[in-house]
Amino acid sequence: MMLEVNDLHAYYGKSHILNGVNFAMQEGEVVALLGRNGVGRSTTVKSIMGEVPPQGSIRFRGEEIAGMPNHRIARRGLGYVPEDRDIFPTLTVRQNLELGIKNTRKPGKWKVEQFLDMFPNLARRADAPAGVLSGGEKQMLTISRTLMGDPELIMIDEPTEGLAPLIVKQIGELISEIAKAGVSILLVEQKLSIAMDISHRVLVMGHGQIVFEGTPEELREDEATRKEWLEV
Amino acid sequence: MLEIVIFSTLNGILYGLLLFMLSSGLTLIFSMMGVLNFAHASFYMLGAYFAYTLGMHTGFWPALILAPLLVGALGALVERFGLRRVHANGHVAELLFTFGLAYVIDELVQMMWGTVAVAYREPAYMREPLFTLFGTDYSIFRGVVILISILMFVALWYLLKKTRVGLMIRAALTHGEMVGHLGHNVPRLFMGVFGFGCALAGLAGVIGGPIMSTEPGMAATLGPIVFVVVVVGGMGSLQGAFYASLLIGLIQTFFVAVNASVADVVNAMGANLDPYGELGRISLATLAPMTPFILLVLILIFRPRGLMGELEP
Repeated sequence: MMLEVNDLHAYYGKSHILNGVNFAMQEGEVVALLGRNGVGRSTTVKSIMGEVPPQGSIRFRGEEIAGMPNHRIARRGLGYVPEDRDIFPTLTVRQNLELGIKNTRKPGKWKVEQFLDMFPNLARRADAPAGVLSGGEKQMLTISRTLMGDPELIMIDEPTEGLAPLIVKQIGELISEIAKAGVSILLVEQKLSIAMDISHRVLVMGHGQIVFEGTPEELREDEATRKEWLEV
Repeated sequence: MLEIVIFSTLNGILYGLLLFMLSSGLTLIFSMMGVLNFAHASFYMLGAYFAYTLGMHTGFWPALILAPLLVGALGALVERFGLRRVHANGHVAELLFTFGLAYVIDELVQMMWGTVAVAYREPAYMREPLFTLFGTDYSIFRGVVILISILMFVALWYLLKKTRVGLMIRAALTHGEMVGHLGHNVPRLFMGVFGFGCALAGLAGVIGGPIMSTEPGMAATLGPIVFVVVVVGGMGSLQGAFYASLLIGLIQTFFVAVNASVADVVNAMGANLDPYGELGRISLATLAPMTPFILLVLILIFRPRGLMGELEP
């Protein structure tokens, strides 16, 4: 098993955000984590990374990682692309990518040039401070940067939020590319269409718990779940 | 007149460079860790005392290298076993911790080296004149201090701009958490930066000690001015700290050098102040120690973010 989350709880101050989250992911699987705003999707990935203190069990490849410092979790092969993108604005695009590399003596399978080829907009600004990039370009950069560290599982939080349709399509293509490379993906999304197209399995969250688990087809047929937990 | 201008400029630059050696570390530590290190000038004092004691055994040059390394290691230990634990309790606790640390270091220095100044001096051959202008000597040592400072800043610039560790530091200045998510050990980076900042302060002590006198009050004298530099330059801005250091260094030195009173200045601007009155007869030289703080007050009123700062102090 790649990732096993068991009875995960998390708090923001006094409010109880995660209320016993349970799920597991196989090697090479693409899983979408769906749900309305505020149900705890972002908190789930944040607490896996230790950004929000987790209570409960999180196992990565069988090893307990709950409460570890984030750099040690990352070193074990877990990549995280946060919702607010967090590019390093004063560093150049190229430097941002280079900082994604964990060990310069052991080059990984992703290369800086490969991402610059894939995204001509990034290539044009390779030596400009990343702060000048547009929202979509920042998103491409931040996903690419995490890939530079050769994760076995990458958690991507709301990659398409606030982006134009054309960019959303490009990001969808990038995510498919990642899946093709054999990297497991945990995708937090709001846009149903993307999640349904790409993922093998979907999880729906409500009130800090997983309330539905199944294939995209099963979710498509389950109108009750969609009405209660997804549609506005 | 020209003599005063040239020598005050040289001395002002030298003083400014020493200030920057302290303020650069302070501002780096502040912008990265959010900790305003009240004990920063105490590490500067330790640098001077360490160099004094080490120098008696090893001579000046080895002490110049060893003392800052020792101060840096001490700083790293303070971060690792002190600050890092206090950090969990928030910034106020950290502030109080460094405040207490400053007192501890002050007391320790007095216990070990006594309450009066120690005879820490540069080697005799460096007291010879580097050049003589208008009958006034400029010592080799002062030239060496300026040279060491400039070399230090080139090294600092190279570290931050050209090395991978420098990239991590610059990235962590704005997004520390993200640097950790990428698999880099941010707590260790913090310890390194804290130690490095303390080592810079220590180096300032080693080369500043013989010029400013090595005594237990030296931290308390320079500490507040270093804070003024950081605020005037703009909290967290290295470039701002550089300009503010030179500005304050030059202003203070010129005030000391100019042989005039308040009445001379004010009356030159057309006022009519009694040159022998209580206010008028104050010489500008006595006002010199006040100038950094006047500048601080003015900056906070008219440009609260400092010369180059982005954050409100």
